[in-house]
Amino acid sequence: MTDKQAGGDVRLSGISKTYGSFTAVHPLDLTVPEGSFFALLGASGCGKTTTLRMIAGLEDPTTGTVRLGDKDVTALPPHKRPVNTVFQSYALFPHLSIYENVAFGLRRRGVKSVKKQVDDMLELVQLGDFAQRKPHQLSGGQQQRVAVARALINHPQVLLLDEPLGALDLKLRRQMQLELKRIQTEVGITFVHVTHDQEEAMTMADTVAVMNGGRVEQLGAPAELYENPRTTFVANFLGTSNLIEAEVVQSSGGEVVVTAGGGKLRLPAGRCPDATTAGGRLLVGVRPEKISLTPVADADAVPAGRNSVTGRILDSSFIGVSTQYVVESPAGKGLEVYAQNVEHRAGLEPGAEVVLHWNPEHTFGLDAAQAIDAGVETVGERP
Amino acid sequence: MTVTQAPPLSPAPGGPPAHKTPVRRRLVPYWLLLPGILWLVVFFVLPLVYQASTSVQTGSLEEGFEVTWHFATYWDALSEYYPQFLRSLLYAGTATALCLLLGYPLAYLIAFKAGRWRNLLLVLVIAPFFTSFLIRTLAWKTILADGGPVVEVLGAVGFLDVTSWLGLTEGSRVLATPLAVVTGLTYNFLPFMILPLYTSLERIDPRLHEAAGDLYARPATTFRKVTLPLSMPGVVSGTLLTFIPASGDYVNAQLLGSTDTRMIGNVIQSQFLRVLDYPTAAALSFILMAIVLVTVTVYIRRAGTEDLV
Repeated sequence: MTDKQAGGDVRLSGISKTYGSFTAVHPLDLTVPEGSFFALLGASGCGKTTTLRMIAGLEDPTTGTVRLGDKDVTALPPHKRPVNTVFQSYALFPHLSIYENVAFGLRRRGVKSVKKQVDDMLELVQLGDFAQRKPHQLSGGQQQRVAVARALINHPQVLLLDEPLGALDLKLRRQMQLELKRIQTEVGITFVHVTHDQEEAMTMADTVAVMNGGRVEQLGAPAELYENPRTTFVANFLGTSNLIEAEVVQSSGGEVVVTAGGGKLRLPAGRCPDATTAGGRLLVGVRPEKISLTPVADADAVPAGRNSVTGRILDSSFIGVSTQYVVESPAGKGLEVYAQNVEHRAGLEPGAEVVLHWNPEHTFGLDAAQAIDAGVETVGERP
Repeated sequence: MTVTQAPPLSPAPGGPPAHKTPVRRRLVPYWLLLPGILWLVVFFVLPLVYQASTSVQTGSLEEGFEVTWHFATYWDALSEYYPQFLRSLLYAGTATALCLLLGYPLAYLIAFKAGRWRNLLLVLVIAPFFTSFLIRTLAWKTILADGGPVVEVLGAVGFLDVTSWLGLTEGSRVLATPLAVVTGLTYNFLPFMILPLYTSLERIDPRLHEAAGDLYARPATTFRKVTLPLSMPGVVSGTLLTFIPASGDYVNAQLLGSTDTRMIGNVIQSQFLRVLDYPTAAALSFILMAIVLVTVTVYIRRAGTEDLV
C-alpha cells in the first residue's frame, strides 16, 4: 500500500466500460492533478459514477488503465488501492458504532492504537459527541459527515465522492458543500466528486469535467466552462444559455457578423468554432444575466455598438435578488433575461415591447450542427 | 399570473385537541386481535392447561385418572428417559449445525450471486413442501437402503469406515443408524434454515460489501466483519426454526432409525398411543418444553440479537 507522500495524479488512459451492447463510458483520457478538487458533472446515466467506480476498483474497465501517480492500479482489487470512497447513500455499517465505522479502515490495515486518530477525525467533522451512537440514530447530514470521516481517516491518495450530498435538503447541502471544500483545503487530498448538480460542481471544484452520453464534453475551470461553453450541452447544462440560430454574413478582422431574426449581431471570432465562414450557420449564445432590457420607448438610450434584439415580455418572475423575464422575439421564442433588482424599473411588465441588448464581447458561437436543446434540464429543477 | 389564495383557516384555538380519538377508533386494534387471541386460547392455552393437569394425575385407563398432584411423575420420567432426552438434543443440535453449514452458503449464493435465477432457486428450496413430510422421509428409507447405490458408493470411498469408527453407522448399513436419523432431520428442516437466512442476507445493502472492500477489508474479512454480523438475525431464527421442531421430532427416528436411536418424541408418542400412560407422556412433554425454552433463552442471550425477540 502506498502512503500519501507517494502522491501523484490520477491518470485514466483510454478507459471505457461496456455492459453487453451498452457503452456506459466511451474510451476516455483524464488526468486529475494531485491535490485538486475535481468534479465529474453530468445528468444521471452519463457514465460519471461508472468512471468513479473504475477509479475505486469497484468496476473493472473494459479497456484502458487507471494510474495513481506512477503506479498502474487497473488490476488491483478495491482493498489494495490507496483510494477511499464516500458512497451515495453513505453505506455506513449499521451494526457498528460511529467510532467503529470510522476506525474500520485503520483496523483493517492493522493499526493498533486508533483512538487518537478516530477522535481527531470525529472532531474534524464535528461529531465528537456521537462516537458511541449507531448510524441510524444520526441525521442525514451527520451520517454524511461520518462517511467522509470514515474515508478520510485513511489518508487516501484520492478521495472519491459519489453524489455525497444527494440525499440532503437544499440548505444542508449548501452548508456541506462549504464544509467539504474546507476539509479538502485542510487535508490537501485529491477529491474526485461526482454530481449532477451544476451549482454544486461549480461551487466546490477547481476543475469540472462535464460528461454526456459516456463522453467528456468539456473540461475546465468552472468560470471557463460557464463563459466559454464549446457545445450546446455544456451551454445548457451549466446554467442557462439563450441560443439563437443565425447565419454568418461576414467573418473578418477578428469579428463575426451574423443575421438572426432579421437583425444583425456581432461576436468575437475567437469565441466561434474554427470553421466559421460567411454563408455558414452558427448558434449564437448569450447568458441571461448579460442581457439588459430597455422599453422600446427608450430605445434611443441603448448605447451604440451593443448587440440588440427587439421582443415582447411573455412572463416575469420576481425571485428576490433578481427578476427573471421570458421574452419572445423574432430571434428566439423564449429568451431568458435575469435582471438584478437594483431599482424598480417601469415598463417591464408582461406584454411590454422591449429591446434586449448586450455587449458583443459576451456573445459566443457554437457549431450549428448540434441539437439546440441538448442538456436543457426539465422544468422545475432550476432554483 | 395567478391570484394567490389565502390558506384555509386553521382550526380555532380552544377547539378539541387533535390527539383525542373517539372510543370506537381506539378499540379497533383490540377487535383486530380478538380472532387470533380466541384461536390461541382454544387451541394453545386450553390444551396446555389440560396437559399440565394430566401430568399430575395418577390412575389407569380402566379406573380413570385423577388429579393427585403427583409431581414424582416428572422425576421418574426424567430419570428413566434422560438418555432419550440427551440423544434428542444431540441429534437436533447436529442436524441444526449441518443445516447451517449447508444452508448458509446456499442462502448467500441465492441472495447475492444468483441474479435472475434467484426466484427459481427459492422455489426449488420450497419445492419439497409440495409432497408430504412422511412421503419424503420414506423416500430416504429407499435412498439409504442396504446395498443401494448410495450406501455402495459411501462404502466404496471409505466413508462408512470413518462413520462406523465414530459410532454413527454400523458395518455396511446406514439405515437404522444415528447417521440416517440425523440425515433425515437435516434434510427435512433445511428449508427452515435457508429461508430466514436468505431473508436477512437479502436485506444487506450490497454497497456495504463495496464499502468494506473500499476500506481495505479482504473478502474474507468483509464476510466476518460485515456480512456475518448483519445476518445474525437470520442465523438465530434459522437455528431456532430448525432446532426446536427437530428436538421434538419422532418421524425421522421412527422411519430411519432403530430402537437404539429413539428420540424423546418417540417416547412421548408411544407413552401416549401405545402404553397409554398419559401422565408420563404429559410430564415428558413439559420437561422437553422446559429444556428447549432454557436452551433457546441462553442461546438468544449469547447471540445477542435484540431485534429478533
